[in-house]
Amino acid sequence: MNMTNRHMNRARLLIAGGWLMASGCLQAQPAAGASAPAPTLRPLSQFSNIADDKQRSVALFVEAGKVIQHPRCLNCHPSGDRPLQGDGMQLHQPLVLRGKDGFGATAMRCASCHGARNFDATRAFSVPGDKHWHLAPIEMAWHGRTLGQICSQLKDRSRNGDRTMAQLIEHMAHDGLVGWAWAPGAGREPAPGTQKAFGELIEAWAASGAHCP
Amino acid sequence: MTTLTINRKPVEVQAEPDTPLLWVLRGELQLTGTKFGCGMALCGACTVHLDGEPARSCVTPIAAVGPREVTTIEGLSGPQVAVLKAAWIDVDVVQCGYCQSGQLMAAAALLRQIPKPTDADIDAAMAGNICRCGTYPRIRAAIHQAAGMQPA
Amino acid sequence: MVTRRAALLGSAGAAGALGALMVGWTALPAKPRLVTSDPLPVGPGQSALNGWVKIGADNTVGIVMCKAEMGQGIYTGLAMVLAEELDADWAQVRVEQAPIDKIYQNIVGIVDGLPFHPDDHGTLKAIAERVTGKAMREFGLMLTGTSSSMRDLWLPMRQAGASARAMLVAAAAQQWKVPAAECRAEAGRVLHASGRSASFGELAAAAASQPLPEHVALKNPKTFKLIGQPRKRLEAASKMDGSARFGIDVLQPGMQYASVEMCPTLGGRVASFDAADAQKLPGVKKVLAVPPLYGSTGGVAVIADTPYRAMRAVKALRVEWDHGAAANLSTDGIYQQLAQALDTDDGFHFYKHGDVDAALKGAAKTLKAEYRAPYVAHTTMEPMNCTVQFKDGRATVWAATQVPDMARRIAAKVLGLASEQVDVQMQLLGGGFGRRCEVDVIAQAAAIAREAGGVPVQLIWSREQDTTHDFYRPASVARFQAGLDASGQLLGWVNASAGQAVLPQVIERMVGLPGAMPDKTTSEGAFDQPYEWPAARIGHEVVELPVPVGFWRSVGHSHNAFFKESFLDEVAHAAGRDPVALRAALLGKHPRHLKVLQRVAELSGWGKPLPAAADGTPRARGVALHQSFGSIVAQVAEVSVSTDKRIRVHRVTCVIDCGLAINPNLVRQQMESGIVYGLSAALNDEVRIEKGQVQQSNFHNNPVLRFDECPVIETDIIASEESPEGVGEPGTPPVAPAVANALFTLTGQRLRSLPLRLA
Repeated sequence: MNMTNRHMNRARLLIAGGWLMASGCLQAQPAAGASAPAPTLRPLSQFSNIADDKQRSVALFVEAGKVIQHPRCLNCHPSGDRPLQGDGMQLHQPLVLRGKDGFGATAMRCASCHGARNFDATRAFSVPGDKHWHLAPIEMAWHGRTLGQICSQLKDRSRNGDRTMAQLIEHMAHDGLVGWAWAPGAGREPAPGTQKAFGELIEAWAASGAHCP
Repeated sequence: MTTLTINRKPVEVQAEPDTPLLWVLRGELQLTGTKFGCGMALCGACTVHLDGEPARSCVTPIAAVGPREVTTIEGLSGPQVAVLKAAWIDVDVVQCGYCQSGQLMAAAALLRQIPKPTDADIDAAMAGNICRCGTYPRIRAAIHQAAGMQPA
Repeated sequence: MVTRRAALLGSAGAAGALGALMVGWTALPAKPRLVTSDPLPVGPGQSALNGWVKIGADNTVGIVMCKAEMGQGIYTGLAMVLAEELDADWAQVRVEQAPIDKIYQNIVGIVDGLPFHPDDHGTLKAIAERVTGKAMREFGLMLTGTSSSMRDLWLPMRQAGASARAMLVAAAAQQWKVPAAECRAEAGRVLHASGRSASFGELAAAAASQPLPEHVALKNPKTFKLIGQPRKRLEAASKMDGSARFGIDVLQPGMQYASVEMCPTLGGRVASFDAADAQKLPGVKKVLAVPPLYGSTGGVAVIADTPYRAMRAVKALRVEWDHGAAANLSTDGIYQQLAQALDTDDGFHFYKHGDVDAALKGAAKTLKAEYRAPYVAHTTMEPMNCTVQFKDGRATVWAATQVPDMARRIAAKVLGLASEQVDVQMQLLGGGFGRRCEVDVIAQAAAIAREAGGVPVQLIWSREQDTTHDFYRPASVARFQAGLDASGQLLGWVNASAGQAVLPQVIERMVGLPGAMPDKTTSEGAFDQPYEWPAARIGHEVVELPVPVGFWRSVGHSHNAFFKESFLDEVAHAAGRDPVALRAALLGKHPRHLKVLQRVAELSGWGKPLPAAADGTPRARGVALHQSFGSIVAQVAEVSVSTDKRIRVHRVTCVIDCGLAINPNLVRQQMESGIVYGLSAALNDEVRIEKGQVQQSNFHNNPVLRFDECPVIETDIIASEESPEGVGEPGTPPVAPAVANALFTLTGQRLRSLPLRLA
């Protein structure tokens, strides 16, 4: 049978997508005590049939938005000086402020309570931790913004930590604190899918013109 | 075996590396001034200093302490601390006293870094320390008083 | 007309010979409380002058303290009282633990539990109080609670101090061969006109062998040097340097540690357990099932050589539970049951006056409302713990407890010993609030120590076990009706509440007997208030449920004050009258209460405009007046609401008439304490039960008031020469209604349930 290149690419994408899905399923951590399976991210293959680049770009970003607008991310991208907390995104208890550098107020640094790793306090609840636990700077506030607004922010070097698109992709796909969202410890729901899948969505979004919803 | 520096002295402890510092202090080292209140960094009763910064020892495995100096309430000292404690006594802060080790550790760290804290600074630094006896207003007054009385 | 109350007591006394015996016994004078049955243990060079004071050759004055220090300042307050009459130097005063003895049993605290109104001066009440007082002298218990320590020991400790002083003077007079009348005591010394003097320490041994004086004169309060002064707390410094020992800080040679996991369902027990994984972990000595005991829930305990090894091992247990009868309980179901109980019966009438039904029928305007309050937890800062050693047919119990003799009795029972074979060492309490009146933890610790082969074992509960295995304040539903005439005058007041009764449960789990009398705590705060209702009926219907309930700071007063002071505010608004003025009009014959109310209005600026909060949102004031534990307290709360509906309390002005203030600083501290405790509950506390399991577990889902949420608190103490009244609890009841009343003024929302949540 004579396969055209397009069919070959589609086959490759299908295989890659299938592999991504499988690895995503294996890596996804079900939320502690949750009876429903953890939400996943749609594999890239499911976007390849969107012919229009701009539409595909936006669709990829909307999918990535499931992570971006998940409590695990929004809680530390607040619009004010106080982080949010929990799947319900309540104000962090106790009072905690970003301080001068996003690492907490004087004598109440984030690291006062948040260690380098999650700490399993009880079977049902852990205190989250990461080596670099802190708030995203105020110019990276996401909470209360639309996905479109967040998208513009991400592309704006004056508001994204002066990152090139490549550096942004690197950050999303590999940063440790970002990665915490998928292994947040007992008592909170992980972000959907995996960091790898998220990174690939962002990369594909960038490759298709980084259009915003 | 893990080596820790506690109140300026090196100490070898037997506990497993995942043992929270709080329980090594209270159990193996018999330093009971640091208190257990919640076990998940919510109440502040377990507050110690690591290199002078407040840390909740109930969620700090001894493996994570490293070479940092641990200061407990038993080792909290110096002229600034004497001023703080004098203000504490003068204002009659203490009631049951169980939270007070943690409160003093937090207050001492605040005053060392902000000698004249505003009410907002005090709120932000002390909000992690729970008191069930209602000593909050007097703690605030004692911190302000100590700030006004700091040695040169 | 014979009330049900009179009938109950009357039927007891009417039984022939028993009645005659009781009458005879009641007529006997009250036994003195000066000397213990067994000689007091003394240290080297120390002499006991009576059951309340020991003096050392080193000139230290050891005040024998039978009360638990849980932050209320009783060590300092009672020491001041005795030291005053003794004429000691405050600097020489120390506190020493009292042994267990009848003279230390709490009389006033129990007498207070009788279901009489404070304004009742009738014979029945007098007899009942006398009989109860004498019974408590014989069969009672040592209890720190019911804000009664000062009320109970004010006279006995003054008498003990005066008696000891007289003995020191007599000893000096004997040595110097001068008349005792020429000698006097001052600041720890005995002085003679000739200039001779000796310290208490030098005279102590000789004084101890003097006969006990027949009569002692107590000082005229106008000459008090210590009492009334804001003296510093005796134990403050040790609480600031880590040296103070709470129950959890007990250290004993060879001590091991225990952790426990109890059935998550109230009243449940262990069906089976698998300790295979737990036993492999380092340091684990033993794993054992513990049955329900004296109120404790059944569970599995691990004994290990360090605290964390025990905790780690407990997490590795696999337990199958027998969830028991409470497995279908839910908060919603409970509230339904309470409401239904009120549909059928308005319960035992604690107070009746006039014909309230006629008054309501003839009213120009009637109001009715239903109020609710949930179960709430104590949440002491120091989680439950107890250390026990059982060895060679004897035991020692180290505990932060409010009831040392009960602790001894229960530990002895669990260990199969006589009480005399058990020694109780009382520790400082990291908060009590009524939780440490219970002996469940003591019983559990004893059961564990029994299996430890003679080593001391410290049982420490996790915060989760503590929160889910409390003795909660009972949930309550209350219905009110009021009638007003055309000019807004109150004609009648009806209050019927429903909920569990604490006392019968407590008596049952302590002594295994069903409680008999109507439980005053169910209606206290509702029926026993000073308002001069033209006609009223106030009662409570007991609903029995398997939820463990206990004494929560201010007990029935806490929720009943919220209900009563809120509904009274509703009446004021319905009548178009100022809430302070309406209350004042009902206190015409209660000048002390009126004074407290007027003073709080004055100090808080009641009626004057309030500036807005810092973010521009308006502020409003709310008032509440309440009497409890002998004291009268009025509070005004200044409140605002943030744009995201958070309730912010900026200031609480508090006025208290507590009779003579022994130490005004301690009184102020207790007002601050009671207010913060009550406010924390008003804004946060709700223990919810689903499938018989308490849903709250730690501070993330059982939050408490934080530093940044605490209002400014200003306390004014009414100067008084009346005998001292309670201060530990009276600060709590008024704060929830004061805040709720302010919220109504601010938002027009009348909040009728706790915790306060704006729609």
